[in-house]
Amino acid sequence: MYSQGLIGADGRSEETPEFLAAFQARVDAETKIEPNDDMPEGYRRTLVRQIGQHAHSEIVGMLPEGNWITRAPSLRRKAALLAKVQDEGGHGLYLYSAAETLGVTRKQMTEELLDGRAKYSSIFNYPTLSWADIGIIGWLVDGAAIMNQIPLCRCSYGPYARAMIRVCKEESFHQRQGYEIVMKLAQGTAEQKAMVQDALNRWWWPSIMMFGPHDADSQHSDQSMAWKIKRFTNDELRQKFIDATVPQAEYLDLTLPDPDLKWNEEKGGYDHGPIDWDEFWRVVKGFGPMAKDRVKARKKAWDDGEWVREAALAHAEKRKARAQAAPMAAE
Amino acid sequence: MSGEVPLWEVFIRPRNGLAHKHVGSLHATDEVMALQAARDVYTRRGEGNSIWVVASSAITASDPDQAGENFEPGEKIYRHPTFYEIPDEVGHM
Repeated sequence: MYSQGLIGADGRSEETPEFLAAFQARVDAETKIEPNDDMPEGYRRTLVRQIGQHAHSEIVGMLPEGNWITRAPSLRRKAALLAKVQDEGGHGLYLYSAAETLGVTRKQMTEELLDGRAKYSSIFNYPTLSWADIGIIGWLVDGAAIMNQIPLCRCSYGPYARAMIRVCKEESFHQRQGYEIVMKLAQGTAEQKAMVQDALNRWWWPSIMMFGPHDADSQHSDQSMAWKIKRFTNDELRQKFIDATVPQAEYLDLTLPDPDLKWNEEKGGYDHGPIDWDEFWRVVKGFGPMAKDRVKARKKAWDDGEWVREAALAHAEKRKARAQAAPMAAE
Repeated sequence: MSGEVPLWEVFIRPRNGLAHKHVGSLHATDEVMALQAARDVYTRRGEGNSIWVVASSAITASDPDQAGENFEPGEKIYRHPTFYEIPDEVGHM
């Protein structure tokens, strides 16, 4: 997105107090920051990290679901799942493009994912064990992602906000197809209902961990809020998600695996039990059950595609050379 | 070329009668693949009926630091119709 002249460019700004105050004033006035604009190095770095992680999450997120395309129970389910996974690929592209406007290259970002320097959402390091997992992922994981992403449509950085508008438009299909799968199973045979309850038991806690650490323990939160990269805190978004999801589970007569979950009249929301942050950090640090497989699969795709990239570049060079030679031959 | 696949900007016309509008960008080795990838990535939901792809390196952009000089209207308010006083009796103009 208009990254011309930016890739590899020196994006450093002189960070005087006046410059930082003027930048903050622009953000406060809700003026979008665009790629060529001066910005504090920290703002640029935060966005590169966040958008990059987000892009990687879309791409790695294709793996647990792609795993079920050939085993979808009907042609309708298969077509929809295929379209959903294709959407995730598209979302990854929009986001990589947005990150590239900040001066990082696609190749750099890919290398950082493959060598483990860059992170992606830890939710994708859990395995998809049954067809019911595909329904639960659409309902909870995409549901949590939407909750996170809607405020990002108003992010102060223009290219990120624009990418998120496209993503959000497409996500509601994902959540609906998931909920419909869950609903069919929940209203099916006793065995089907048990299968979907089992999937819910496994995905509930990882889903609510997707919003990240509690506000008090979130290292990037305050500055991101001030720069209007984030609009709501982790805990606010988690609360919204839980409040929206509980009635959806009740409707299907499914039980959320949290004995402490109960309505709190005073705050007008649900209280939930303690989150196992040790597990969260274990998975974030790469000890999730599927972490090695996910990166291995991405690395294989990248390595196996190398000859294709080389051949396509060589073909483009050859065509260019021929086009340049042709007028000369005609003289 | 350092093995970096070139970047292209994608423009789509939603329907006849409207202009092509910038929708995003993608990497492709040449214009043929750029067009195919744009079709796959940017028109999955009937977004349009025509695509342009332009090598990003072919775009020259104005400098945001000069936005003031370039775009602020300054004293040229006489370009706006409200600058002129026309009596009501004259009718719609």
